[in-house]
Amino acid sequence: MKKNVTFGRKAANIVALVVSSVCAAVGLFFLFFILFDVLRNGISSINWQLFVKDSVPPFSFETGGLRHAFLGQGLLTLTAVAMGIPLGILGGTFLAEYGRHLKIGKVISSVSDIAVSMPSIVIGTFVYAILVKPMQSFNGWAGAVALAIIMLPVVVRTTEDMMRLVPWTLREAAFALGAPYYKVILQIVYRSAASGILTGILLAVARIVGETAPLLFTSFNNNFFSLDMNRPMASLTVTIYQYASSPFDDWVRIAWAGAFVITCFVLILNIVGRVAVKWRYGK
Amino acid sequence: MKMFKNHSLYINYVFRAFTAVAAFLVIVIIFGIFVTLLMESLPAIKEFGFIRFMTGTKWDPVNNIYAGGRPLFGTMLTTLIALAVAVPVAIGIAIFLTELCPPALRQAIGTAIELLAAIPSIIYGMWGLFVFAPILESTVQPFISGTLGFLPVIGSFFRSGYAGGVNLFTTSIVLAVMVIPFIASITRDTFMLVPPILKESAYGVGATRWEVIKDVIIPYSKIGVAGGIIIATGRALGETMAVAYVIGNRHGALDSIFSPYTTITSVLANEFSEASGIQMSSLFLMALILFIANLMVLSLAKFILRKDMLK
Repeated sequence: MKKNVTFGRKAANIVALVVSSVCAAVGLFFLFFILFDVLRNGISSINWQLFVKDSVPPFSFETGGLRHAFLGQGLLTLTAVAMGIPLGILGGTFLAEYGRHLKIGKVISSVSDIAVSMPSIVIGTFVYAILVKPMQSFNGWAGAVALAIIMLPVVVRTTEDMMRLVPWTLREAAFALGAPYYKVILQIVYRSAASGILTGILLAVARIVGETAPLLFTSFNNNFFSLDMNRPMASLTVTIYQYASSPFDDWVRIAWAGAFVITCFVLILNIVGRVAVKWRYGK
Repeated sequence: MKMFKNHSLYINYVFRAFTAVAAFLVIVIIFGIFVTLLMESLPAIKEFGFIRFMTGTKWDPVNNIYAGGRPLFGTMLTTLIALAVAVPVAIGIAIFLTELCPPALRQAIGTAIELLAAIPSIIYGMWGLFVFAPILESTVQPFISGTLGFLPVIGSFFRSGYAGGVNLFTTSIVLAVMVIPFIASITRDTFMLVPPILKESAYGVGATRWEVIKDVIIPYSKIGVAGGIIIATGRALGETMAVAYVIGNRHGALDSIFSPYTTITSVLANEFSEASGIQMSSLFLMALILFIANLMVLSLAKFILRKDMLK
Protein backbone atom coordinates (compact mmCIF):
# COMPACT_ATOMS: atom_id res chain seq x y z
CA MET A 1 0.00 0.00 0.00
CA LYS A 2 2.68 2.41 1.00
CA LYS A 3 4.66 1.54 -2.06
CA ASN A 4 1.64 2.28 -4.26
CA VAL A 5 1.21 5.73 -2.76
CA THR A 6 4.83 6.56 -3.45
CA PHE A 7 4.50 5.24 -6.96
CA GLY A 8 1.38 7.33 -7.54
CA ARG A 9 3.13 10.45 -6.33
CA LYS A 10 6.12 9.78 -8.51
CA ALA A 11 3.92 9.15 -11.51
CA ALA A 12 1.95 12.35 -10.87
CA ASN A 13 5.24 14.20 -10.57
CA ILE A 14 6.53 12.92 -13.89
CA VAL A 15 3.24 13.49 -15.71
CA ALA A 16 2.89 17.04 -14.41
CA LEU A 17 6.47 17.98 -15.22
CA VAL A 18 6.21 16.52 -18.70
CA VAL A 19 2.95 18.39 -19.31
CA SER A 20 4.40 21.71 -18.21
CA SER A 21 7.55 21.15 -20.27
CA VAL A 22 5.41 20.36 -23.31
CA CYS A 23 3.35 23.52 -22.70
CA ALA A 24 6.55 25.49 -22.47
CA ALA A 25 7.93 23.85 -25.62
CA VAL A 26 4.76 24.55 -27.61
CA GLY A 27 4.53 28.12 -26.38
CA LEU A 28 8.18 28.84 -27.04
CA PHE A 29 7.97 27.17 -30.44
CA PHE A 30 5.17 29.49 -31.56
CA LEU A 31 6.83 32.58 -30.21
CA PHE A 32 10.05 31.86 -32.05
CA PHE A 33 8.07 30.78 -35.08
CA ILE A 34 6.67 34.34 -35.34
CA LEU A 35 10.07 35.93 -35.01
CA PHE A 36 11.54 33.55 -37.55
CA ASP A 37 8.75 34.20 -40.06
CA VAL A 38 9.06 37.95 -39.77
CA LEU A 39 12.81 37.67 -40.31
CA ARG A 40 12.46 35.24 -43.22
CA ASN A 41 9.76 37.17 -45.08
CA GLY A 42 11.27 40.52 -44.18
CA ILE A 43 14.86 39.90 -45.19
CA SER A 44 13.85 38.44 -48.54
CA SER A 45 11.91 41.55 -49.47
CA ILE A 46 14.15 44.23 -48.05
CA ASN A 47 16.30 46.31 -50.40
CA TRP A 48 17.63 49.81 -50.69
CA GLN A 49 14.65 51.00 -52.70
CA LEU A 50 12.51 50.54 -49.63
CA PHE A 51 14.18 53.51 -48.03
CA VAL A 52 14.44 55.89 -51.00
CA LYS A 53 11.19 55.37 -52.91
CA ASP A 54 7.64 56.33 -52.06
CA SER A 55 4.52 54.28 -52.46
CA VAL A 56 3.60 53.31 -56.02
CA PRO A 57 0.22 52.00 -57.15
CA PRO A 58 -0.06 48.23 -57.59
CA PHE A 59 0.74 46.78 -61.03
CA SER A 60 3.03 49.64 -61.96
CA PHE A 61 6.34 48.75 -63.56
CA GLU A 62 8.61 50.18 -60.89
CA THR A 63 9.00 48.87 -57.37
CA GLY A 64 7.81 51.12 -54.62
CA GLY A 65 9.23 51.84 -51.22
CA LEU A 66 8.25 53.13 -47.85
CA ARG A 67 10.20 56.38 -47.66
CA HIS A 68 7.00 58.37 -47.11
CA ALA A 69 5.97 56.05 -44.28
CA PHE A 70 9.38 56.07 -42.60
CA LEU A 71 9.53 59.86 -42.63
CA GLY A 72 5.90 60.22 -41.55
CA GLN A 73 6.42 57.77 -38.72
CA GLY A 74 9.59 59.57 -37.69
CA LEU A 75 7.88 62.94 -37.64
CA LEU A 76 4.87 61.62 -35.70
CA THR A 77 7.11 59.86 -33.19
CA LEU A 78 9.38 62.88 -32.69
CA THR A 79 6.44 65.21 -32.17
CA ALA A 80 4.87 62.78 -29.71
CA VAL A 81 8.18 62.44 -27.88
CA ALA A 82 8.55 66.23 -27.71
CA MET A 83 5.15 66.46 -26.02
CA GLY A 84 5.02 63.29 -23.97
CA ILE A 85 8.47 63.08 -22.45
CA PRO A 86 8.81 66.50 -20.78
CA LEU A 87 5.28 66.24 -19.41
CA GLY A 88 5.85 62.68 -18.30
CA ILE A 89 9.08 63.51 -16.49
CA LEU A 90 7.50 66.53 -14.78
CA GLY A 91 4.49 64.47 -13.75
CA GLY A 92 6.68 61.71 -12.39
CA THR A 93 8.68 64.33 -10.52
CA PHE A 94 5.56 65.54 -8.78
CA LEU A 95 4.59 62.01 -7.75
CA ALA A 96 8.04 61.16 -6.42
CA GLU A 97 8.92 64.50 -4.82
CA TYR A 98 6.41 67.28 -4.13
CA GLY A 99 3.35 65.07 -3.99
CA ARG A 100 4.87 62.04 -2.34
CA HIS A 101 2.92 62.41 0.89
CA LEU A 102 -0.29 63.64 -0.71
CA LYS A 103 -3.20 61.31 -1.16
CA ILE A 104 -3.78 62.71 -4.64
CA GLY A 105 -0.26 61.67 -5.59
CA LYS A 106 -1.07 58.04 -4.84
CA VAL A 107 -4.33 58.35 -6.77
CA ILE A 108 -2.54 59.76 -9.81
CA SER A 109 0.02 56.99 -9.57
CA SER A 110 -2.71 54.34 -9.56
CA VAL A 111 -4.60 56.03 -12.39
CA SER A 112 -1.38 56.13 -14.43
CA ASP A 113 -0.89 52.42 -13.87
CA ILE A 114 -4.36 51.85 -15.27
CA ALA A 115 -3.81 54.32 -18.10
CA VAL A 116 -0.69 52.40 -19.18
CA SER A 117 -2.92 49.48 -20.16
CA MET A 118 -5.76 51.49 -21.71
CA PRO A 119 -6.77 50.19 -25.14
CA SER A 120 -4.99 52.41 -27.62
CA ILE A 121 -7.94 52.40 -30.03
CA VAL A 122 -10.07 54.15 -27.40
CA ILE A 123 -7.45 56.88 -27.20
CA GLY A 124 -7.68 57.08 -31.00
CA THR A 125 -11.44 57.73 -30.86
CA PHE A 126 -10.93 60.33 -28.13
CA VAL A 127 -8.34 62.27 -30.13
CA TYR A 128 -10.57 62.01 -33.18
CA ALA A 129 -13.33 63.74 -31.23
CA ILE A 130 -11.15 66.56 -29.92
CA LEU A 131 -8.70 67.18 -32.78
CA VAL A 132 -9.94 65.67 -36.02
CA LYS A 133 -13.63 66.56 -35.88
CA PRO A 134 -13.08 70.29 -35.20
CA MET A 135 -10.44 70.51 -37.95
CA GLN A 136 -12.61 68.49 -40.32
CA SER A 137 -9.64 66.54 -41.59
CA PHE A 138 -7.36 63.80 -40.41
CA ASN A 139 -4.07 65.38 -39.49
CA GLY A 140 -0.60 64.58 -38.29
CA TRP A 141 -0.94 66.60 -35.08
CA ALA A 142 -3.81 64.41 -33.95
CA GLY A 143 -1.71 61.29 -34.51
CA ALA A 144 1.18 62.75 -32.55
CA VAL A 145 -1.12 63.77 -29.68
CA ALA A 146 -2.63 60.28 -29.57
CA LEU A 147 0.85 58.76 -29.34
CA ALA A 148 1.86 61.30 -26.69
CA ILE A 149 -1.20 60.37 -24.60
CA ILE A 150 -0.21 56.70 -24.78
CA MET A 151 3.32 57.55 -23.80
CA LEU A 152 2.57 59.94 -20.94
CA PRO A 153 1.53 57.47 -18.20
CA VAL A 154 4.41 55.13 -19.09
CA VAL A 155 6.96 57.92 -18.64
CA VAL A 156 5.22 59.24 -15.51
CA ARG A 157 5.37 55.86 -13.80
CA THR A 158 8.94 54.96 -14.72
CA THR A 159 10.18 58.43 -13.77
CA GLU A 160 8.42 58.15 -10.42
CA ASP A 161 9.85 54.69 -9.73
CA MET A 162 13.38 55.67 -10.75
CA MET A 163 13.36 58.87 -8.67
CA ARG A 164 12.10 56.95 -5.64
CA LEU A 165 15.13 54.67 -5.95
CA VAL A 166 17.42 57.63 -5.26
CA PRO A 167 18.31 57.44 -1.53
CA TRP A 168 16.64 60.09 0.58
CA THR A 169 19.90 60.85 2.42
CA LEU A 170 21.34 62.18 -0.83
CA ARG A 171 18.62 64.84 -0.94
CA GLU A 172 19.12 65.61 2.73
CA ALA A 173 22.80 66.20 2.16
CA ALA A 174 21.91 68.77 -0.49
CA PHE A 175 19.24 70.39 1.70
CA ALA A 176 21.84 70.72 4.45
CA LEU A 177 23.97 72.82 2.11
CA GLY A 178 21.01 75.16 1.72
CA ALA A 179 19.91 74.13 -1.75
CA PRO A 180 16.27 74.86 -2.60
CA TYR A 181 14.13 71.84 -3.46
CA TYR A 182 13.98 72.49 -7.19
CA LYS A 183 17.77 72.62 -7.35
CA VAL A 184 18.03 69.38 -5.42
CA ILE A 185 15.68 67.76 -7.92
CA LEU A 186 17.34 69.19 -11.01
CA GLN A 187 20.94 68.70 -9.96
CA ILE A 188 20.91 65.74 -7.61
CA VAL A 189 17.87 63.55 -8.16
CA TYR A 190 17.64 63.82 -11.94
CA ARG A 191 21.32 63.12 -12.26
CA SER A 192 21.18 60.05 -10.08
CA ALA A 193 18.09 58.71 -11.80
CA ALA A 194 19.09 59.72 -15.33
CA SER A 195 19.89 56.31 -16.77
CA GLY A 196 16.75 54.79 -15.30
CA ILE A 197 14.58 57.55 -16.70
CA LEU A 198 16.32 57.21 -20.05
CA THR A 199 15.49 53.52 -20.11
CA GLY A 200 11.86 54.32 -19.40
CA ILE A 201 11.89 56.74 -22.31
CA LEU A 202 13.40 54.15 -24.63
CA LEU A 203 10.72 51.62 -23.69
CA ALA A 204 7.98 54.23 -24.11
CA VAL A 205 9.28 55.09 -27.57
CA ALA A 206 9.46 51.39 -28.44
CA ARG A 207 5.84 51.13 -27.43
CA ILE A 208 4.49 54.02 -29.52
CA VAL A 209 6.53 53.14 -32.59
CA GLY A 210 4.55 49.93 -32.92
CA GLU A 211 1.13 51.46 -32.27
CA THR A 212 -1.32 51.28 -35.14
CA ALA A 213 -4.81 51.52 -33.72
CA PRO A 214 -4.63 55.11 -32.40
CA LEU A 215 -3.32 56.35 -35.75
CA LEU A 216 -6.13 54.87 -37.83
CA PHE A 217 -8.52 57.74 -37.06
CA THR A 218 -6.06 60.49 -36.30
CA SER A 219 -3.15 60.79 -38.70
CA PHE A 220 -4.95 58.27 -40.97
CA ASN A 221 -2.65 57.44 -43.87
CA ASN A 222 -1.20 59.06 -46.91
CA ASN A 223 0.25 57.31 -49.91
CA PHE A 224 2.19 60.36 -50.95
CA PHE A 225 5.22 61.99 -49.49
CA SER A 226 4.12 64.75 -47.12
CA LEU A 227 5.62 66.48 -44.12
CA ASP A 228 2.62 68.74 -43.54
CA MET A 229 1.33 68.01 -40.04
CA ASN A 230 -2.02 69.61 -40.87
CA ARG A 231 -2.82 66.93 -43.40
CA PRO A 232 -3.23 63.16 -43.21
CA MET A 233 0.16 61.64 -42.64
CA ALA A 234 1.63 58.30 -43.55
CA SER A 235 2.89 56.09 -40.77
CA LEU A 236 4.76 52.84 -41.07
CA THR A 237 2.26 50.83 -39.06
CA VAL A 238 -0.89 52.01 -40.82
CA THR A 239 0.84 51.57 -44.18
CA ILE A 240 1.76 48.02 -43.21
CA TYR A 241 -1.85 47.40 -42.23
CA GLN A 242 -3.15 48.80 -45.51
CA TYR A 243 -0.59 46.97 -47.65
CA ALA A 244 -0.92 43.65 -45.84
CA SER A 245 -4.71 43.69 -46.17
CA SER A 246 -4.48 44.43 -49.89
CA PRO A 247 -4.73 41.70 -52.51
CA PHE A 248 -1.57 42.83 -54.34
CA ASP A 249 1.56 40.72 -53.97
CA ASP A 250 3.90 43.71 -54.34
CA TRP A 251 2.24 45.52 -51.51
CA VAL A 252 2.20 42.47 -49.26
CA ARG A 253 5.93 42.01 -49.87
CA ILE A 254 6.60 45.63 -48.93
CA ALA A 255 4.41 45.18 -45.83
CA TRP A 256 6.63 42.29 -44.70
CA ALA A 257 9.71 44.42 -45.23
CA GLY A 258 8.12 47.20 -43.16
CA ALA A 259 7.16 44.70 -40.45
CA PHE A 260 10.75 43.49 -40.37
CA VAL A 261 12.13 47.02 -39.97
CA ILE A 262 9.69 47.92 -37.21
CA THR A 263 10.29 44.66 -35.33
CA CYS A 264 14.05 45.16 -35.45
CA PHE A 265 13.70 48.75 -34.29
CA VAL A 266 11.47 47.83 -31.35
CA LEU A 267 13.68 44.92 -30.34
CA ILE A 268 16.86 47.02 -30.51
CA LEU A 269 15.29 49.75 -28.35
CA ASN A 270 14.24 47.13 -25.81
CA ILE A 271 17.63 45.44 -25.74
CA VAL A 272 19.46 48.76 -25.36
CA GLY A 273 17.09 49.69 -22.51
CA ARG A 274 17.74 46.39 -20.75
CA VAL A 275 21.49 46.59 -21.14
CA ALA A 276 21.45 50.14 -19.77
CA VAL A 277 19.50 49.03 -16.70
CA LYS A 278 21.82 46.11 -16.09
CA TRP A 279 24.86 48.29 -16.52
CA ARG A 280 23.56 50.93 -14.10
CA TYR A 281 21.85 48.90 -11.42
CA GLY A 282 23.81 45.65 -11.68
CA LYS A 283 22.28 42.29 -10.93
CA MET B 1 21.12 87.53 0.15
CA LYS B 2 17.50 87.92 1.19
CA MET B 3 16.49 88.65 -2.35
CA PHE B 4 18.30 85.60 -3.65
CA LYS B 5 16.43 83.46 -1.23
CA ASN B 6 13.06 84.84 -2.32
CA HIS B 7 14.07 84.37 -5.89
CA SER B 8 14.78 80.67 -5.49
CA LEU B 9 11.62 80.21 -3.45
CA TYR B 10 9.72 81.68 -6.36
CA ILE B 11 11.40 79.36 -8.85
CA ASN B 12 10.62 76.46 -6.57
CA TYR B 13 6.91 77.36 -6.57
CA VAL B 14 6.84 77.67 -10.32
CA PHE B 15 8.64 74.36 -10.77
CA ARG B 16 6.31 72.66 -8.33
CA ALA B 17 3.31 74.10 -10.16
CA PHE B 18 4.62 72.76 -13.46
CA THR B 19 5.14 69.26 -12.09
CA ALA B 20 1.71 69.30 -10.44
CA VAL B 21 0.02 70.35 -13.69
CA ALA B 22 1.81 67.59 -15.59
CA ALA B 23 0.81 64.99 -13.01
CA PHE B 24 -2.82 66.11 -12.99
CA LEU B 25 -2.82 65.89 -16.76
CA VAL B 26 -3.04 62.10 -16.47
CA ILE B 27 -6.29 62.36 -14.51
CA VAL B 28 -7.60 65.09 -16.77
CA ILE B 29 -6.98 62.91 -19.82
CA ILE B 30 -8.67 59.83 -18.37
CA PHE B 31 -11.63 61.92 -17.24
CA GLY B 32 -11.63 63.74 -20.57
CA ILE B 33 -11.78 60.46 -22.46
CA PHE B 34 -14.80 59.39 -20.43
CA VAL B 35 -16.66 62.69 -20.85
CA THR B 36 -15.84 63.04 -24.55
CA LEU B 37 -16.89 59.50 -25.42
CA LEU B 38 -20.07 59.91 -23.38
CA MET B 39 -20.96 63.20 -25.13
CA GLU B 40 -20.28 61.73 -28.55
CA SER B 41 -22.32 58.63 -27.87
CA LEU B 42 -25.36 60.45 -26.44
CA PRO B 43 -27.25 60.50 -29.78
CA ALA B 44 -26.90 56.73 -30.06
CA ILE B 45 -27.94 56.20 -26.44
CA LYS B 46 -31.00 58.40 -27.00
CA GLU B 47 -31.89 56.68 -30.25
CA PHE B 48 -31.40 53.05 -29.27
CA GLY B 49 -31.22 53.03 -25.46
CA PHE B 50 -28.18 51.80 -23.58
CA ILE B 51 -29.54 48.38 -22.57
CA ARG B 52 -31.07 47.72 -25.97
CA PHE B 53 -27.79 48.71 -27.60
CA MET B 54 -25.88 46.25 -25.46
CA THR B 55 -28.27 43.36 -26.07
CA GLY B 56 -29.46 43.99 -29.64
CA THR B 57 -27.90 42.12 -32.53
CA LYS B 58 -28.63 44.32 -35.51
CA TRP B 59 -25.82 46.27 -37.16
CA ASP B 60 -27.49 47.61 -40.23
CA PRO B 61 -25.89 50.63 -41.94
CA VAL B 62 -28.51 50.52 -44.73
CA ASN B 63 -31.43 51.19 -42.40
CA ASN B 64 -29.27 53.06 -39.89
CA ILE B 65 -30.08 50.72 -37.02
CA TYR B 66 -27.20 49.84 -34.74
CA ALA B 67 -26.77 47.61 -31.74
CA GLY B 68 -23.54 46.36 -30.27
CA GLY B 69 -24.56 42.97 -28.93
CA ARG B 70 -22.60 40.96 -31.45
CA PRO B 71 -19.30 42.87 -31.29
CA LEU B 72 -19.60 42.80 -27.52
CA PHE B 73 -20.15 39.06 -27.54
CA GLY B 74 -17.29 38.61 -30.01
CA THR B 75 -14.93 40.56 -27.78
CA MET B 76 -15.89 38.52 -24.73
CA LEU B 77 -15.76 35.16 -26.50
CA THR B 78 -12.39 35.72 -28.20
CA THR B 79 -10.92 36.95 -24.91
CA LEU B 80 -12.30 33.97 -23.02
CA ILE B 81 -11.00 31.37 -25.49
CA ALA B 82 -7.66 33.18 -25.71
CA LEU B 83 -7.23 33.10 -21.94
CA ALA B 84 -8.33 29.48 -21.71
CA VAL B 85 -5.52 28.61 -24.11
CA ALA B 86 -2.92 31.11 -22.92
CA VAL B 87 -3.08 30.71 -19.14
CA PRO B 88 -2.11 27.01 -18.90
CA VAL B 89 0.62 27.42 -21.51
CA ALA B 90 1.99 30.55 -19.86
CA ILE B 91 2.00 28.95 -16.41
CA GLY B 92 3.69 25.90 -17.96
CA ILE B 93 6.37 28.19 -19.36
CA ALA B 94 6.78 29.88 -15.98
CA ILE B 95 7.11 26.53 -14.17
CA PHE B 96 9.59 25.38 -16.76
CA LEU B 97 11.63 28.57 -16.41
CA THR B 98 11.75 28.64 -12.61
CA GLU B 99 11.91 24.95 -11.72
CA LEU B 100 13.00 22.80 -14.64
CA CYS B 101 15.11 24.80 -17.01
CA PRO B 102 18.90 24.42 -16.80
CA PRO B 103 20.23 27.66 -15.25
CA ALA B 104 22.33 28.44 -18.30
CA LEU B 105 19.24 28.73 -20.49
CA ARG B 106 17.01 30.38 -17.90
CA GLN B 107 18.19 33.93 -18.45
CA ALA B 108 18.23 33.66 -22.24
CA ILE B 109 14.76 32.17 -22.59
CA GLY B 110 13.34 34.53 -19.98
CA THR B 111 14.69 37.58 -21.79
CA ALA B 112 13.50 36.26 -25.14
CA ILE B 113 9.97 35.92 -23.77
CA GLU B 114 10.03 39.45 -22.39
CA LEU B 115 11.18 40.72 -25.77
CA LEU B 116 8.35 38.87 -27.49
CA ALA B 117 5.91 40.70 -25.24
CA ALA B 118 7.26 43.95 -26.68
CA ILE B 119 6.67 43.09 -30.33
CA PRO B 120 3.94 45.32 -31.80
CA SER B 121 0.54 43.69 -32.10
CA ILE B 122 0.33 44.49 -35.80
CA ILE B 123 3.14 41.97 -36.33
CA TYR B 124 1.16 39.28 -34.52
CA GLY B 125 -1.86 40.15 -36.66
CA MET B 126 0.06 39.98 -39.90
CA TRP B 127 1.67 36.70 -38.97
CA GLY B 128 -1.75 35.41 -37.96
CA LEU B 129 -3.23 36.30 -41.32
CA PHE B 130 -0.47 35.08 -43.62
CA VAL B 131 1.11 32.20 -41.74
CA PHE B 132 -1.03 30.97 -38.90
CA ALA B 133 -4.55 31.13 -40.35
CA PRO B 134 -3.72 28.80 -43.27
CA ILE B 135 -1.99 26.35 -40.89
CA LEU B 136 -4.95 26.31 -38.52
CA GLU B 137 -7.36 25.94 -41.41
CA SER B 138 -5.60 22.87 -42.78
CA THR B 139 -4.80 21.13 -39.48
CA VAL B 140 -6.66 22.13 -36.32
CA GLN B 141 -9.92 23.13 -37.97
CA PRO B 142 -10.61 19.77 -39.73
CA PHE B 143 -9.57 17.99 -36.56
CA ILE B 144 -12.00 19.87 -34.35
CA SER B 145 -14.88 19.69 -36.81
CA GLY B 146 -14.14 15.99 -37.30
CA THR B 147 -14.35 15.25 -33.59
CA LEU B 148 -16.39 17.84 -31.65
CA GLY B 149 -18.43 18.48 -34.80
CA PHE B 150 -20.26 15.17 -34.34
CA LEU B 151 -21.51 16.03 -30.86
CA PRO B 152 -25.28 16.28 -30.63
CA VAL B 153 -26.89 19.74 -30.33
CA ILE B 154 -23.70 21.80 -30.00
CA GLY B 155 -21.83 19.92 -32.75
CA SER B 156 -22.68 22.39 -35.49
CA PHE B 157 -20.94 25.06 -33.46
CA PHE B 158 -17.64 23.30 -34.12
CA ARG B 159 -18.20 22.53 -37.79
CA SER B 160 -16.46 24.69 -40.33
CA GLY B 161 -18.60 26.54 -42.81
CA TYR B 162 -16.33 29.22 -44.20
CA ALA B 163 -13.06 28.95 -46.08
CA GLY B 164 -10.02 31.13 -45.57
CA GLY B 165 -9.09 30.56 -41.97
CA VAL B 166 -10.21 34.08 -41.09
CA ASN B 167 -12.56 33.43 -38.19
CA LEU B 168 -13.28 33.69 -34.50
CA PHE B 169 -11.20 30.64 -33.61
CA THR B 170 -8.07 31.88 -35.39
CA THR B 171 -8.52 35.28 -33.74
CA SER B 172 -8.69 33.70 -30.30
CA ILE B 173 -5.55 31.66 -30.89
CA VAL B 174 -3.61 34.65 -32.24
CA LEU B 175 -4.72 36.63 -29.17
CA ALA B 176 -3.58 33.75 -26.99
CA VAL B 177 -0.15 33.68 -28.64
CA MET B 178 0.04 37.42 -28.04
CA VAL B 179 -0.73 37.39 -24.33
CA ILE B 180 1.31 34.25 -23.54
CA PRO B 181 4.65 36.09 -23.18
CA PHE B 182 2.98 38.73 -21.02
CA ILE B 183 1.37 36.26 -18.59
CA ALA B 184 4.44 34.01 -18.63
CA SER B 185 6.84 36.76 -17.61
CA ILE B 186 4.59 38.08 -14.82
CA THR B 187 4.02 34.54 -13.53
CA ARG B 188 7.72 33.79 -13.64
CA ASP B 189 8.46 36.97 -11.69
CA THR B 190 5.94 36.07 -8.97
CA PHE B 191 7.19 32.46 -8.84
CA MET B 192 10.69 33.76 -8.25
CA LEU B 193 9.47 35.72 -5.22
CA VAL B 194 8.65 32.51 -3.34
CA PRO B 195 11.19 32.32 -0.48
CA PRO B 196 13.60 29.41 -1.12
CA ILE B 197 13.20 28.34 2.53
CA LEU B 198 9.55 27.46 1.91
CA LYS B 199 10.47 25.26 -1.05
CA GLU B 200 13.37 23.69 0.78
CA SER B 201 11.25 22.77 3.77
CA ALA B 202 8.75 21.08 1.47
CA TYR B 203 11.55 19.15 -0.24
CA GLY B 204 12.92 18.35 3.23
CA VAL B 205 9.79 16.47 4.23
CA GLY B 206 9.97 14.46 1.03
CA ALA B 207 7.68 16.32 -1.37
CA THR B 208 8.16 15.69 -5.07
CA ARG B 209 8.91 18.56 -7.39
CA TRP B 210 5.33 18.71 -8.64
CA GLU B 211 4.03 18.73 -5.07
CA VAL B 212 6.27 21.68 -4.27
CA ILE B 213 4.96 23.52 -7.32
CA LYS B 214 1.32 22.65 -6.66
CA ASP B 215 1.25 23.03 -2.88
CA VAL B 216 3.89 25.67 -2.15
CA ILE B 217 4.73 27.82 -5.16
CA ILE B 218 1.28 28.23 -6.71
CA PRO B 219 -0.60 28.92 -3.43
CA TYR B 220 2.08 31.39 -2.38
CA SER B 221 1.97 33.34 -5.64
CA LYS B 222 -1.65 32.90 -6.68
CA ILE B 223 -2.65 36.52 -6.09
CA GLY B 224 0.21 37.88 -8.17
CA VAL B 225 -0.56 35.44 -10.95
CA ALA B 226 -4.27 36.32 -10.81
CA GLY B 227 -3.39 40.01 -11.07
CA GLY B 228 -1.23 39.29 -14.11
CA ILE B 229 -3.99 37.30 -15.77
CA ILE B 230 -6.49 40.09 -15.18
CA ILE B 231 -4.16 42.67 -16.73
CA ALA B 232 -3.74 40.30 -19.68
CA THR B 233 -7.54 40.14 -19.92
CA GLY B 234 -7.58 43.90 -20.24
CA ARG B 235 -5.04 43.69 -23.03
CA ALA B 236 -6.96 41.04 -24.90
CA LEU B 237 -10.23 42.99 -24.60
CA GLY B 238 -8.72 46.11 -26.12
CA GLU B 239 -6.41 44.48 -28.65
CA THR B 240 -7.11 45.87 -32.07
CA MET B 241 -4.57 45.11 -34.76
CA ALA B 242 -4.04 41.41 -34.06
CA VAL B 243 -7.82 41.02 -34.15
CA ALA B 244 -8.61 43.26 -37.11
CA TYR B 245 -6.50 41.12 -39.46
CA VAL B 246 -8.03 37.74 -38.68
CA ILE B 247 -11.59 38.23 -37.38
CA GLY B 248 -13.17 38.91 -40.78
CA ASN B 249 -15.52 41.62 -39.46
CA ARG B 250 -18.80 39.99 -40.40
CA HIS B 251 -21.96 41.19 -38.67
CA GLY B 252 -23.97 37.98 -39.18
CA ALA B 253 -24.93 35.56 -36.45
CA LEU B 254 -22.18 33.36 -35.03
CA ASP B 255 -23.09 29.86 -36.23
CA SER B 256 -19.71 28.23 -35.66
CA ILE B 257 -16.45 29.11 -33.99
CA PHE B 258 -15.00 28.80 -37.49
CA SER B 259 -17.06 31.62 -38.94
CA PRO B 260 -15.84 35.19 -39.35
CA TYR B 261 -17.30 37.43 -36.68
CA THR B 262 -16.80 40.86 -35.22
CA THR B 263 -15.44 42.44 -32.05
CA ILE B 264 -15.68 45.95 -30.64
CA THR B 265 -12.15 46.75 -31.73
CA SER B 266 -12.51 45.30 -35.23
CA VAL B 267 -15.72 47.29 -35.84
CA LEU B 268 -13.95 50.44 -34.69
CA ALA B 269 -10.88 49.77 -36.81
CA ASN B 270 -12.89 48.96 -39.93
CA GLU B 271 -15.76 51.43 -39.81
CA PHE B 272 -14.81 54.41 -37.69
CA SER B 273 -12.91 56.43 -40.26
CA GLU B 274 -15.74 56.24 -42.80
CA ALA B 275 -18.73 56.55 -40.47
CA SER B 276 -20.92 59.57 -39.87
CA GLY B 277 -24.09 60.56 -38.04
CA ILE B 278 -25.73 57.96 -35.87
CA GLN B 279 -23.32 55.22 -36.97
CA MET B 280 -20.43 57.32 -35.72
CA SER B 281 -22.23 57.90 -32.47
CA SER B 282 -22.87 54.16 -32.11
CA LEU B 283 -19.17 53.53 -32.68
CA PHE B 284 -18.32 56.06 -29.97
CA LEU B 285 -20.71 54.23 -27.67
CA MET B 286 -18.87 51.02 -28.44
CA ALA B 287 -15.55 52.70 -27.59
CA LEU B 288 -17.12 53.95 -24.35
CA ILE B 289 -18.24 50.43 -23.42
CA LEU B 290 -14.74 49.12 -24.11
CA PHE B 291 -13.24 51.95 -22.06
CA ILE B 292 -15.46 51.25 -19.07
CA ALA B 293 -14.96 47.48 -19.29
CA ASN B 294 -11.21 47.99 -19.38
CA LEU B 295 -11.27 50.44 -16.52
CA MET B 296 -13.17 47.94 -14.38
CA VAL B 297 -10.90 45.04 -15.26
CA LEU B 298 -7.72 47.02 -14.60
CA SER B 299 -9.03 48.52 -11.37
CA LEU B 300 -9.83 45.01 -10.21
CA ALA B 301 -6.24 43.95 -10.97
CA LYS B 302 -4.90 46.98 -9.13
CA PHE B 303 -7.13 46.26 -6.13
CA ILE B 304 -6.10 42.61 -5.94
CA LEU B 305 -2.40 43.38 -6.29
CA ARG B 306 -2.57 46.08 -3.64
CA LYS B 307 -4.12 43.60 -1.22
CA ASP B 308 -1.29 41.25 -2.06
CA MET B 309 1.28 43.88 -1.14
CA LEU B 310 -0.38 44.62 2.19
CA LYS B 311 -0.35 40.94 3.08
